[in-house]
Amino acid sequence: MTATTQARPPAPSPVLAFLKQPLVVALALIVALLLLGEALSPGFASAQQILRLLIVAALLGIVAAGQNLVILGGREGIDLSVGGVISLSAIIAGNVMNGADSGILPAIVACIIAGGLIGLFNGLGVTLLRIPPLVMTLGMLGVLQGLLVVVRNGIPSGLAAPGLSQFVTRPFLLGLPGIIWLWVAIGLLMAFMLTRTVYGHRIYAIGSNEQAAYMAGVPVKAVRISLFMLSGVFAAIAGICLLGYSGSSFANVGEQYMLPSIIAVVFGGTPLAGGKGGYTGTMAGALLLVILQGILTTVHIDESGRQMVFGATLLLLMLFYGRGRAMRG
Amino acid sequence: MTDATLPTTRPGGLKRLVERYPFLPALVIALVLLALNGFYQPRSVSFIGITGLTKTYLALMMLAIAQTYVVYAGDIDLSAGAIVSLVNVVIVVMMEKMGGSGFSVVAALGLGLATGLACGIVNGVVVAALRLQAIVATFATSIFFTGLALYVMPVAGTPAPAAFWRTYGGRFFEIPFVFYAVVVLAIMLYVLARTRLSTQLLAVGDDAQAAFQSGLPVTRIRIQGYALCGLFAALAAFCVTGDTASGDPLVGGKMTLFSVAAVVLGGSALSGGYGTVIGSIIGALIIGLINSLVFFVGTPSEWQNLVQGLAILLALMAGILVGRRARA
Repeated sequence: MTATTQARPPAPSPVLAFLKQPLVVALALIVALLLLGEALSPGFASAQQILRLLIVAALLGIVAAGQNLVILGGREGIDLSVGGVISLSAIIAGNVMNGADSGILPAIVACIIAGGLIGLFNGLGVTLLRIPPLVMTLGMLGVLQGLLVVVRNGIPSGLAAPGLSQFVTRPFLLGLPGIIWLWVAIGLLMAFMLTRTVYGHRIYAIGSNEQAAYMAGVPVKAVRISLFMLSGVFAAIAGICLLGYSGSSFANVGEQYMLPSIIAVVFGGTPLAGGKGGYTGTMAGALLLVILQGILTTVHIDESGRQMVFGATLLLLMLFYGRGRAMRG
Repeated sequence: MTDATLPTTRPGGLKRLVERYPFLPALVIALVLLALNGFYQPRSVSFIGITGLTKTYLALMMLAIAQTYVVYAGDIDLSAGAIVSLVNVVIVVMMEKMGGSGFSVVAALGLGLATGLACGIVNGVVVAALRLQAIVATFATSIFFTGLALYVMPVAGTPAPAAFWRTYGGRFFEIPFVFYAVVVLAIMLYVLARTRLSTQLLAVGDDAQAAFQSGLPVTRIRIQGYALCGLFAALAAFCVTGDTASGDPLVGGKMTLFSVAAVVLGGSALSGGYGTVIGSIIGALIIGLINSLVFFVGTPSEWQNLVQGLAILLALMAGILVGRRARA
């Protein structure tokens, strides 16, 4: 992160450098927001409320994991189709398990295959046909929305199995539901993958300089396709969990996670240009976003005021993170 | 933009044509779609059919134009649809408050343009002056604008005065109003294309650093691009209001992504520096023609969205592939 150029500017104090890290900023903001929420409406920071916020943050965070990978891979990487994948996965899972615990495993397999396939199409379009990711995934979103209408017309909306609902909403270990442990596990896996494995280093390599990575023997296209597939798989997992959270799937449940997943990544310190950043920050970003929304729903203002405050706060928070460099001659 | 490169090999005639007119592939797709529409429903290419198509899709054309000016500079505006919603409710409430007379319509339209312009400038300042990333920053402003629209009109349904939508859907000297609007629009776009701003936006999109070093006020130009986008989004809102004859604080939300798709369909590069406004208009038409064709061939209603989505995805891919081949 910190540039080590020959002509060093006066070294910033290590304390200041630490404080300016996106992760630290996000964590500080999370604590501040929790205190603000508690001050505005007592009981906001109660254990039960925090648990509920954590569950929603986990849902968003799992989607954002895939989004994070696609963005890290650079070349304007972005995945707008996640909203469609989440909704589709929720309805597939609901129908495969249809309220029975024995159907959970087949449902997971089916959803992961579906998400992976959609990601594969995205990845093939982006690499082989060289369609810009924004355009490719935007087109895919349109296809998925159409597919949802067809699916919804032919089959019932499906039911979550009791086991799945328990996994998402009931305490499992140390008072925390399984989904939060799943999120923690994903966080650890992502951190390990990005920092300790060849694959992880290849992601940063293609994200910061694709040409150089190619010259160094990185299979650029295969890596990029895999990133889109992972994004599809993560969105599919989030869709299953969402089904467990709400009990049954309803129209376009996933869409509300599409752009927030990108914002969580940006708040976590990964610039949209890719090549640097990581998932730990994104997890904090997802928490931050969810707590902010939580505060706005507890405060008694109209929907209009809530949206205005939310939009303005997002802009304000963005000022803390990765602003572009000023033009210099 | 590409003339500066050395002409090593003289490209073939067709290739040169596409390079000069990036919207040609889109035009071919649109004409084929129009012919197919005519084949499956002869009345769709009649005078009345074309009038209806124009009346319905003029709003999307306007919004695609709006999006084009920011895409010229390599930016994007995800709040364009929210601006449409805001202007829509602002003018409907204003016209209602002032009694729905002819004067109230003119005053409301003036206020609508000012609203669109203000939104555009906010976006421009946020993206260009504060240097936030365009995709996330304009998403944030879109939430803010939607909040404003909900404040102005919490629930959809206030009707627009008859003087307004009768004019939009009416005829003068046997010619539908929308065709006059198209002619005025064409003149406006022709003039805009010859202004310095269009060239400057393209220069910034082509290479912002180079534009800066050659002395262009890059930040100001990008803000002006967003301001222009806001103005055309307001015009799109006028068309929406004329078409739906009522106010709805969420009416434009779905249009944003279609406006981006229309720009890409029209052969403009999202990375900036290359594109045409005509192309975006044709792109919006392509989306309209696909939607009507899917209906005319008798697709079962629940399959229509899927077929439309697939057709748009294919058109996007085809347009990008043909365009790149022409420029390669």
